[in-house]
Amino acid sequence: MKKNLLSLRSTLTVAALVLGSMVTAFSLVSCGGGGTSGADSTASGGDALLGAGSSFDYPLFSKQFDVYNQANGLKVNYQSVGSGAGISQLTAKTVDFGASDAVMNGKQDSALSSPAIHIPITCGAVALSYNLPDVKDTLNLTPDIIAGMFLGTITKWNDPKIAAVNKGVKLPSTAILIAHRSDGSGTTNIFTTYLSKVSSDWSTKVGKGSAVDWPTGIGGKGSEGVAGTIKQTPGAIGYVEMSYAIQNKMPYARVQNKAGNFITPTIASVTAAANVQIPPDSKVSLTNTDAPDGYPISGFSWVIIYKEQNYNGRSLDRATKLLKLLSWMIHDGQQYSAALNYAPLSPAAVNVADAILKTATYDGKPIL
Amino acid sequence: MNTSVENSGITRSDLPLRVINSTPDAIAKAKRRVKRSFRQIRTENVFRQTLLIIGLLIVILVLGILLTLIVQSLPSIKALGLKYLWGTTWNPVSDVYGALPFLLGTLISSFLALIISIPFSLAVAIWLGEYYPKGWLPDFLKNTVELIAAVPSVIYGFWALAVLVPIVRSLETSIGVSAIGQGIFTSSLVLAVMIIPYAASLGRSMIQMVPSQFKEAAYGLGATRWEVIRSVALPYTKSGLFAGILLSLGRALGETMAVTMVIGNTSQMPTSIFAPGNTMASVIANEFTEADKPVYLSALIELGLVLFLVTVVINVIGKKIIDRFTND
Repeated sequence: MKKNLLSLRSTLTVAALVLGSMVTAFSLVSCGGGGTSGADSTASGGDALLGAGSSFDYPLFSKQFDVYNQANGLKVNYQSVGSGAGISQLTAKTVDFGASDAVMNGKQDSALSSPAIHIPITCGAVALSYNLPDVKDTLNLTPDIIAGMFLGTITKWNDPKIAAVNKGVKLPSTAILIAHRSDGSGTTNIFTTYLSKVSSDWSTKVGKGSAVDWPTGIGGKGSEGVAGTIKQTPGAIGYVEMSYAIQNKMPYARVQNKAGNFITPTIASVTAAANVQIPPDSKVSLTNTDAPDGYPISGFSWVIIYKEQNYNGRSLDRATKLLKLLSWMIHDGQQYSAALNYAPLSPAAVNVADAILKTATYDGKPIL
Repeated sequence: MNTSVENSGITRSDLPLRVINSTPDAIAKAKRRVKRSFRQIRTENVFRQTLLIIGLLIVILVLGILLTLIVQSLPSIKALGLKYLWGTTWNPVSDVYGALPFLLGTLISSFLALIISIPFSLAVAIWLGEYYPKGWLPDFLKNTVELIAAVPSVIYGFWALAVLVPIVRSLETSIGVSAIGQGIFTSSLVLAVMIIPYAASLGRSMIQMVPSQFKEAAYGLGATRWEVIRSVALPYTKSGLFAGILLSLGRALGETMAVTMVIGNTSQMPTSIFAPGNTMASVIANEFTEADKPVYLSALIELGLVLFLVTVVINVIGKKIIDRFTND
């Protein structure tokens, strides 16, 4: 009897221990998931700066951080977990900076304990890639055609609307198959923001976001998933990051911009798209740019940090290191963009980014 | 302390008393033995408790997962209510979430995969269990089938995307449905391949365990091999075979990577088995990292909860069926 009691007690003890550890694990999960409860195990420990977010930025950041580490001996540990997860980690204060292809939305903003600033760090663009084996010329597409195809109202490649802007191209009667991203992504966000701007139908029926309810087509996971569908299916068209399309030598269309010019997505035309009036907080979508030589489906990618850098016991030294790194990235760091098929920041964007960096404070005093 | 007794003092009339060797040496030895047997009892108890604790740990873990899923789903349950289960729109932009297309996608692709895989897994099980239990060819086949289970699912995804999709597309062209190649049917095909080993392995060992006197009796009555399999081996093993099939189904319900690569990932309601669709596991894997709104995240977790419950329900039904088989 006593032995039984004893064994029951030890069993209960273990059970309680397990339950306790599970509660801990569970509360950690709720923080990572964008909760507001503050996990105070911050990034203040260790020498390396920590960042998380956009996978689009990752190749560029790797190069930049490597060069910077060799010159200044500062290690930066960047996790390419996706823009949304990067913002969640910044909210939970487990990283020094987040990186995102979209500005923070209202709900994300209100989850923050103190205001954050967005620093434009590079430009990306979304290319429309297609698979028409018999068409050798580069296709021209207008905003109207793109919206029509993705809404499912234009279903054949020899549609008169497409033919009208591609005179001399023999278009097949193949059915159009839309390929889109199935995972939430900044690329989708830029593309749907563009469609919402140029098509009121799109804006009311679908809207913009990093994941939307696609009226038609099939989803592929990641750029490689979309590219796979396009390459395999004659008649398919989909959107992929410009750098991905260039690296993989996929055919992509010229898109008519606001000024009426058909623009090929290139590093130059994307940088041109960003050479417009940029608001002081830099929170602007470059899609449907006013620049006459700018590619219309472009966007900034931002690094997001807290405006007040003294939180969770961070040292002034750490904050200064972070700000110096970001300043280097928007100036000297930009020279590594082109080789990796990123568009360098336009002069206008660098000016705005500089001004934003100067607003960062430590104990209310400017850092830079 | 001197506990020794004179042996000469014990007479024959004192039997059934045993003559105890009471030299100090022997007593020390006996004490050691007693000590050891106490230690053995303790080891025995510790071992039993360890088993109990480990068993309980698993129960607690499963309950904990369920609890986590429920708690994290609360925002979505509050915002959407029961409409979540039969809503057909999944729209992160307007924060409207209905899981029915994914629920259907999961069930259709899994059951279709099961139907496709059963003939193969049964054939393998019977051939290996009854016809050729030993030899290099059966060994080779057995290992190959088991290897199927060991291949990572992303490799099946690649294989399906590169090989199955074009084949299915030409099949679709020839029967005149929209020829995309990706869709529920393709994902069922790749799932069917992936789940064969579960039912086949279990089925093989079950069929091998049929007592030989049953089979010999049947042969003795003039039954052919087919009749022995049909009337002796299969009825004797049906609960085991069914358990294997249930295991396969569980695998199919939860498979994520291979499915997401070929199912077409659309939130539209599936209109046919050739149409693109999506499964619950695949939606979670796709959208979790970028779920940027609290209700969105919670709706995805609720999808996990629904998947959990679907698995539980199917398992309970399966157990009931197995019980009825065994009672017959």
